[in-house]
Amino acid sequence: MEENLQKTCLYDSHVALGARMSPFAGFIMPIQYSNIIAEHQAVRRQVGMFDVSHMGEIFVCGPDAERYVNHIFTNEIRGFAPGKVLYGMMLYPDGGVVDDLLVYREVEADHFLLVVNAANIAKDYQWMLDQAAGFDVQVDNQSEAWGQIAVQGPEAEKKVVEVLGEARAAGVGFYEFYDSTWKGSRMIVSRTGYTGEDGFEIYTSVEGTQEIWQLLLDAGVTPCGLGCRDTLRFEAGLPLYGDELSAEITPVEAGLGLFCKLDKDEFIGKDVIARQKAEGTRKKLVGIEIADRAVPRAGYPVELEDGTQVGVVTTGYHSISLDKSICFALVKTECAALGTPLWIRIRSRVFPGQVVKKRFYQTNYKK
Amino acid sequence: MSKVQEGLLYSESHEWVRVEGPNAFVGISDFAQEEMGDITYVDLPDLDNVLKGEEFGALESVKASSDLYSPVTGTVSERNTDLENAPELLNEDPYGSWIIRIHMSNPAELDELMDAEAYAKFIGQ
Repeated sequence: MEENLQKTCLYDSHVALGARMSPFAGFIMPIQYSNIIAEHQAVRRQVGMFDVSHMGEIFVCGPDAERYVNHIFTNEIRGFAPGKVLYGMMLYPDGGVVDDLLVYREVEADHFLLVVNAANIAKDYQWMLDQAAGFDVQVDNQSEAWGQIAVQGPEAEKKVVEVLGEARAAGVGFYEFYDSTWKGSRMIVSRTGYTGEDGFEIYTSVEGTQEIWQLLLDAGVTPCGLGCRDTLRFEAGLPLYGDELSAEITPVEAGLGLFCKLDKDEFIGKDVIARQKAEGTRKKLVGIEIADRAVPRAGYPVELEDGTQVGVVTTGYHSISLDKSICFALVKTECAALGTPLWIRIRSRVFPGQVVKKRFYQTNYKK
Repeated sequence: MSKVQEGLLYSESHEWVRVEGPNAFVGISDFAQEEMGDITYVDLPDLDNVLKGEEFGALESVKASSDLYSPVTGTVSERNTDLENAPELLNEDPYGSWIIRIHMSNPAELDELMDAEAYAKFIGQ
């Protein structure tokens, strides 16, 4: 099994740190170094870092780059300033999601960086090439040449400034980035993340990534695995492709319609999104809180009191920061209103709960 | 390295059994608690009959749930309800924290369980 798995440029460090390694998205990745709760709390209370080098970096440039990216991307990049980052999706014509991603508009005219999910790199790249016909653009998958570290938590700014030796990191706004170099290689530093805390994502060469990771370790930043990356993003109400978004779940169903701009002339999937926004959808992603400590896990049925199934759990935890059992679930729209009583079948028992807001945890972004 | 306590019997699904007359106290091994990580919830069974190999409850850690399987056939006669409020006891003291007491109906089944030495080998130690 393992010979088919890719290693990130930080693999040796993970092993040296004693991480529990497990397959994820075709990579062998650290799930935890110490334990999930301690790593989760490090990010909420101080600062933690994640190896996210498995993520994909696809560059787009050329005279038609803006028109092309706007064609495949749901959010509006026209009028969007260089040095800014935008979240959105690429859709199939039927509104299903190819991937959710970040678009970086580079300072150099007609240059964009698209950061995509590790599991979807090959699929996304092929999709992007297929859609490029008729556009004067170059689409370049550079994922293997780049490493990426996410530094997250209330002390992230201090540590990033200190380790990179670049005071300007402190001046970067939420969903903005700047371009720099590390030992002669290009480095991109953005104020982005996937935890609900303030933080940065640092992209550079694999060698640079290894050096910066070590410097962050030496500076006392807690290495954090994918285990707590999931508990953190979940509490912050952020979707994970494969759980809350997929080819079968549209952004409107997932509650992410605001990232699909209908005032754009066109984008792939726009017709379906426009119809769903106007007419509603049959299913909707909701948050559900249950009173018991039992944990609703992905795939568990969501029911009415009489046992009729009305949906399914997509992600669930006993939340570390909130000490509550909560989940995302895709349910029939008539059951999606806040406060609706719903029951979750957990093994042989059924637990009562109710629909609550999906952002379970109050995020602490520095805007 | 996980601790394996002498004097207990072990199942392949990592439950331990402490026999006291007709009663079997059932818990999980140190190996099992290490594999699971921080245990946050114990789903205890009703006081009812249970078959050897049958699921009788579950443990939840942050990342996953894992089922508990009965090492013997009998009737669940007591549940350690202290674990409902303090599931972490299973991490802190796995051999001191029994989960259920089963009144055995077929004690001969105990012969099919592993002793400490065999279990240590089973988990690769």
